[in-house]
This record gives sequence, C-alpha cells and structure tokens, in this order.
Amino acid sequence: MFIKTTDNMITKDEIIEIIFNSIDEINEQNRSSIPKEASTTLFGSQSELDSLGLVHLITSIEEKTEEATGKNITIADEKAMSLSYSPFKTVETLANYIKTLVDA
Amino acid sequence: MPDQTSHKPVMLITGTRKGIGNYLANYYLNKGFIVIGCSRGELDLKSENYIHYCLDVADENKVKNIFRDLKRDFGRLDVLINNAGIASMNHSMLTPLSTVKKIFDTNVTGTFLFSREAAKIMRKSTGGRIVNLTSVAVPLKLAGEAIYAASKAAVNNLTQILAAEFADFGITVNAIGATPLRTDLIKNVPEEKIAKLISKLSIKRLGEFEDVVNAVEFFIKPESNYITGQILYFGGV
Ligand SMILES: NC(=O)c1ccc[n+]([C@@H]2O[C@H](COP(=O)([O-])OP(=O)(O)OC[C@H]3O[C@@H](n4cnc5c(N)ncnc54)[C@H](OP(=O)(O)O)[C@@H]3O)[C@@H](O)[C@H]2O)c1
Repeated sequence: MFIKTTDNMITKDEIIEIIFNSIDEINEQNRSSIPKEASTTLFGSQSELDSLGLVHLITSIEEKTEEATGKNITIADEKAMSLSYSPFKTVETLANYIKTLVDA
Repeated sequence: MPDQTSHKPVMLITGTRKGIGNYLANYYLNKGFIVIGCSRGELDLKSENYIHYCLDVADENKVKNIFRDLKRDFGRLDVLINNAGIASMNHSMLTPLSTVKKIFDTNVTGTFLFSREAAKIMRKSTGGRIVNLTSVAVPLKLAGEAIYAASKAAVNNLTQILAAEFADFGITVNAIGATPLRTDLIKNVPEEKIAKLISKLSIKRLGEFEDVVNAVEFFIKPESNYITGQILYFGGV
C-alpha cells in the first residue's frame, strides 16, 4: 500500500503515513511492536530497532517515497550522515528530513 | 520489451557493449534469462528479452533509474554481475590523476552503487546473487598495473564486506579473478608482458569466456547459497 501523488509533491503527513506503513512491515517481519507515533525513536540506544532493522526500515521508506513521488532519493545521503543531530532520530525528524529531500 | 509476467530469471550485467559482459549477456539470453545491460555506448542486441541502458556506472542518478524501472517492470532481480571495468597499464610515475579517478569511479564506485541498489531489491526474496569481476593483477602485484590492481583490490575487499552485510538478506557476493582474456581491455598490452604474466600461472594459457561462464554458473546456482565472500582466481594463482 502506498500513496501515489501526481506531481512529485508529497506532504509531511503523507511521509509519516509511509513511515508507518514501513514500521508495520518491520513489525510483521520481526514480530516487534514499534509504536506508530511521531515521537517514536528510530535510532540510538532508546530505539527498539537493531542496526539491521534500521537498514530494513530506511530502505523500505526510501522505496515507498520513490514510488509515491516518482523521484530518486537517497535518505542516507552525505548530509544526513554528517548532521550533528541525526535526522533518523525519530519518526518526526525523519519525516522532516525526507520532506527536504523530495522538495529539493 | 520482455514479458513482465514471466518467471524467467532476471539478470543485470554492467558493461555489455563488448568483451566479457557482451558474451555473458548473449549466453544468458540463450539460456532463457531476461537480461538488463548497460554501458556508456549503445548496444543493439536483437532479443526481446534484452533491455539496454546507456550510462556511466558511476552516475548515481542514472543507476537508480535502472533499478526504478526494474522494480516497476519485474519487481525483482535475481543476479547482478558487476562486469564493467577499465584498465590502464602504465608505470605509476606516468599515470595522470584523471586516469586514477576514472578507474576508481568505474571499477569501485560503479560496483558499489550497483551492489547497493541491487541489495535493496534483492532483500525482498532470498537467493539474490552478486558476482564481481576482479583480476589476478591483485595477488600477482604486477608492475605497470598499480592503479588497476589497487582498484580491483578494493573490489575484493568490497566483495567480502558486502558478503557479510548482505548475508542477512540471503544475498551472496563473490568475485571472479580472471586471468588475461583476449578483449579490448588488454589489446594495448605488449605480447611479451602477457607472456610473462602467463608464465606466472600454474596453468599456462590465456583465459576464455567459457572460464568466466563456468565460474558465474557456480556462484549463481541455488546450491551455492553457502558460498559467499569468495574470490575465485583462475589458472592456479
Ligand atoms: N580481459 C581481461 O584480460 C580481464 C582480466 C581480468 C579481469 N577482467 C575484468 O573483466 C571485466 C570486463 O572486461 P573486458 O575484458 O570485457 O573489457 P572490455 O572488452 O574493455 O569491455 C568493458 C565493458 O565495460 C563497459 N564500460 C567501461 N567503462 C564503463 C563505464 N564507466 N560505465 C559503463 N560501462 C562501462 C564497456 O562499454 P562502453 O565502452 O560502451 O562503456 C564494455 O562493454 C572488467 O571488470 C575487467 O577488469 C578482464
């Protein structure tokens, strides 16, 4: 299930929806129960995800965002990896970061 | 355009315009695969199961476009062969920086980009296979091949580390360490240099396309799901 937009435009809420869909996938795969909330921590010691889980999640979100916007994006880009406050920290920060990528 | 509903295996080969990549493309088309190929130049392969892309393997956006189409049209990728490669046989003191960059871009960056994108699609089904092309120039440490050998040493390391990282997704990553084979890649290497190189092999002959096919066949067969991170050198090196 993904949201198909026509003109490359996607709202932050739609991105959050994509992230939740990907969390569903991971939860199903790993029998985990990562909560679908904007404040959910995805990265760091507070996160329920192990490093492989994070790889799965980011890859799945990237794919769904590309499907929805028809645009090529790389979430783990240079900027994301060099920011002192990781954009992968929570669902909210990740959605904000992806929004800047699709709007660029 | 290949039949998208078929269950034919889907193979992506880089560098299909000529040489080893071209041979492999024809071989696997004859075997009933769907082959997606690419090179900087055009290739007009008369097969409805072949799709060609013109690109530089180090061009991230164009590489991503191939995978976007692959996902849309077939929804999967079974085998990736990172074959595109260039060489420059020269003394390092006579090697321009632009050549160094070009060789690393093609041989290392290209291999990395295709592997990264392939893993993203292969992770959805188990049994993905990645095969890289490397060279006996690495273990033989041949004078005159510093940059080429260094780039292939990087491919070897990449092969082994990607093998570890992608194992979680059921993807194997291996490499074929070919000996000299009669293609344009070595056409400017003087005969005596090739003869000297062959004298260092246990089996003293040039490599053949069939040797490469034999190794690819071994790495991609389902029974090889426990074989990963291996560099298979030809000729007893
Ligand atoms: N022949 C040997 O003796 C030998 C020995 C050991 C290992 N190998 C390895 O085997 C692989 C194939 O070599 P080969 O002998 O078949 O060489 P080749 O005959 O020169 O063919 C190289 C292929 O790669 C493509 N290519 C080169 N640069 C590219 C780029 N930047 N982007 C996209 N495609 C590119 C070329 O097409 P375009 O020019 O149209 O781009 C061509 O199809 C290489 O990785 C090589 O290092 C060869």
